[in-house]
Amino acid sequence: MTILDGYEMVVGLEVHTELKTVTKLFCGCANAFGSAPNTNVCPVCLGLPGSLPVLNRGAVELAMAIGTALGCSILPSSFHRKNYFYPDMPKDYQISQYDEPINVGGTLELPDGSTVRIERAHLEEDTGKTTHVGASGRIHGAERSLVDYNRAGVPLVEIVSAPDITSAAQARAYAAELRSILVATGASDGRMEEGSMRVDANVSVRRVGDATLGTRCEIKNLNSLRSLQRAVDHEAERQSELVAAGGRVVQETRHWDEVAGTTVTMRSKEEAYDYRYFPEPDLLPLVPEDPWRDRVAAELPALPAARRTTLLALLGEPTPSQRDQVLSVVELGIDAMVTSAVSSGVDPARALSRVANEVAALNGAETLGVDDVVTVLSMEQAGELSATHAKAVLADLVEHGGDPRELAKRRGFEQLDASSLDATIDEVVASFPDEWTRYCQGDDKLAQFFVGHVMKQTKGQADGKAVIAGLASRRSR
Amino acid sequence: MTTAIELADSVRRGETTATTLTEGSLAAIAAGNGALNAFLHVDVDGALSAAARVDRAVANGEDPGPLAGVPIALKDNLCTRGVPTTAASRILEGWRPPYTATVVDRLLGAGAIPVGKTNLDEFAMGSSTENSAFGPTRNPHDHARVPGGSSGGSAAAVASGMVPIGLGSDTGGSIRQPAALCGVVGVKPTYGMVSRYGLIAFASSLDQIGPLTRSVADAAVCLEVIAGHDPRDSTSLQEPAPSLVASLHDGVEGRTVALVRELLDGAAPDVEAAVNASAAVLRDAGATVIEISIPELRLGLSAYYLIAPAEASSNLARYDGVRYGLRVDADDLTMMNVATRTKGFGDEVKRRIMLGTYALSAGYYDAYYGRAQRVRTLLSRAFAGAYGRADLLVGATAPTTAFELGAKTTDPMAMYLSDVYTIPSNLSGDPAITVPFGSGADGLPLGVQLLGPARSERLVFAAAQVLEEGAPR
Repeated sequence: MTILDGYEMVVGLEVHTELKTVTKLFCGCANAFGSAPNTNVCPVCLGLPGSLPVLNRGAVELAMAIGTALGCSILPSSFHRKNYFYPDMPKDYQISQYDEPINVGGTLELPDGSTVRIERAHLEEDTGKTTHVGASGRIHGAERSLVDYNRAGVPLVEIVSAPDITSAAQARAYAAELRSILVATGASDGRMEEGSMRVDANVSVRRVGDATLGTRCEIKNLNSLRSLQRAVDHEAERQSELVAAGGRVVQETRHWDEVAGTTVTMRSKEEAYDYRYFPEPDLLPLVPEDPWRDRVAAELPALPAARRTTLLALLGEPTPSQRDQVLSVVELGIDAMVTSAVSSGVDPARALSRVANEVAALNGAETLGVDDVVTVLSMEQAGELSATHAKAVLADLVEHGGDPRELAKRRGFEQLDASSLDATIDEVVASFPDEWTRYCQGDDKLAQFFVGHVMKQTKGQADGKAVIAGLASRRSR
Repeated sequence: MTTAIELADSVRRGETTATTLTEGSLAAIAAGNGALNAFLHVDVDGALSAAARVDRAVANGEDPGPLAGVPIALKDNLCTRGVPTTAASRILEGWRPPYTATVVDRLLGAGAIPVGKTNLDEFAMGSSTENSAFGPTRNPHDHARVPGGSSGGSAAAVASGMVPIGLGSDTGGSIRQPAALCGVVGVKPTYGMVSRYGLIAFASSLDQIGPLTRSVADAAVCLEVIAGHDPRDSTSLQEPAPSLVASLHDGVEGRTVALVRELLDGAAPDVEAAVNASAAVLRDAGATVIEISIPELRLGLSAYYLIAPAEASSNLARYDGVRYGLRVDADDLTMMNVATRTKGFGDEVKRRIMLGTYALSAGYYDAYYGRAQRVRTLLSRAFAGAYGRADLLVGATAPTTAFELGAKTTDPMAMYLSDVYTIPSNLSGDPAITVPFGSGADGLPLGVQLLGPARSERLVFAAAQVLEEGAPR
């Protein structure tokens, strides 16, 4: 499943992200996911006759933060109406920015050093959500359709990249890095599965060396980074095979079928809507003053690229696998656990390894409190917890929450302090004098024999490495 | 007839009660509405309970406000919570808004008593109130004639004495033209002075709510109540309501008033004579009267009939049968949309939706909508140039007195020309007022129009007061 030799792909991504504002873009209704249907609605977001939009300053500020993080120019902007009929759009037009977007021209540098230009990042309102009840699950052939307008009017920023992306892996890396930036700025929670971040891919192919772009197709329904990568690969393959066989790519919108692993036609260019954009007369132009822009820039938190640099510096000379771990903890947004642990005295390599392996494997890792994780890692560093026990306490934290020391105590982990471990080792050594002599003579394999007995006595609560260290120190005495 | 100010004063002094006034208004409506069809809905219970609240306030020694107990008619494109609001369209039949327009809230806060909802051309599209889905309104001065439109119901209600004050909306003359044809005062305030929140939109960049009254002073009081910034309307001016009553008698001495040739072109001789006579009244009051030409005003009508339908085509998209109002069932969603809109909208509304959709379409936008917007800019600049030479402009409100029902229904262009003198103020966003000024050869009322630059309501009202006092009896 890949593009034919002699062809290259050209990809641009359009990413829609819901903004984490308290209220919607043009009214005071709660911007909340998961409420009962049609409970977060009012005359404005239902588009009732006579209602008028009022722009949410908080949404503008988050859009500006996104633009600043992407190195865009933040410009005076305006809103247009995008007209088309659909039942999940209460006004049958969407208020969106068109020829004067708030953020223009930026760059996103990917971890591998490649860059993708950002054309624009503009504000618009989300639509409601339609559920088609019936056999197909789609509108055709549905018995009836239910519309939930809770999402109608939720603020969105659409980030449009230049067609700078040349592989499916790069498309995935771009989306992942953008997602990290959106989460870092506090603008979005970046959950693709919940639809709070949606990615559409514009894919075209051309013969290597051709200067002109091929005809592009827009791929929709990409619900994860994995489906993005698969869909782009598949589409580039489809197009390159088509062109190689003498066919022509038709400009159209295609739907990614996750199960079949293919794209299928949604609508062709001929069926494309004429949106009849015109300036939204109910809103004034948006002109962010300099002090506002400056404040947003000053309040911008550390971005993923800077955070990776920080982690790599802590490690000194990172191994390739540590570099991967750095990428992954930043992408997951759990890198602060590492830096905080290190500043509390935990060894950087241990901290990175625990967070990248054990913490990252937990379902809901990002919900863990940084301080709690640091406490657990510090306890491990001090020998108060074994690696196994540290992992168990972290899992408890995710599941139940609470104080990590209390959790460790409740599981009985903390009872095994250094002195009781020493006593147990002494006891075991005394019970097996022959084995001890052979061990002292250099039969290192017997270390596991002693560890096994210490574990048996402590009901598995001892730290294996601490036992080996204890044996070694006794041997050298 | 007694003015609203006099009525409110007598309620505040305890000489009469809001309930008495409201009952009087309701009785007048009951007696006269069968012939006029000015009201589409009379809210007897709502009016009487609002009146009772005002009377309790007076009894408790509280001041119920400057419009205490004054019955008010609301054009039926203003949303009123729980009270049917139709915009005179089948497509909204049965809809009861869950919220109230800002202007209505402010009127209630000033002690006014909304008695009902008045007829209009469907979605305010028309100049005769004949485009109502619920039958035409008739002119109280001659039942064979139209009251003008689109605020014909409010104009007829005020002119016939059913209520002292009516609210209308003016997108291209829809307050001023019916006011002139019914012989009452009508005001189109500066765009943004009055909140549009709760006004069912026709053309958002042109719509403005204003009063229709029997005196300039009543219009001033009413506008003071409904004007002022509203955080729910982004286009509302960031300033409080102007004080108009205090400066109502400032006169026009030392002011320059320009008679505008283009605001008389094509007017009937009796209309032209009235405008000239009004200029003489202003001159006698100490104003300098000059004559000017603003050729750009001739472009107004064409630009308006692209911009207003374009915005309307978008504003009226929401009436799709999905959420409220009429739904005509069909085999699938698109056919349901089509069937609902086909049945729900009248011919004029469909005509404008088609015009506007066309004007915004890919490939035509620049030639139509874009060009109309450039004309609009040109026209605003031309007005600004005129205000460099004069403080106020004067001209006709409508080309003729009220015409007969059916006279123009088959000729949309002839109907559109009824608004040729009023449309320019909507395009520029500037204020204008029509004041009754005698009658035409047929004995029907005539109006004279005064125009001023943005936010010049004080000056416009003072001049209107002079005209009212100098008008032929």
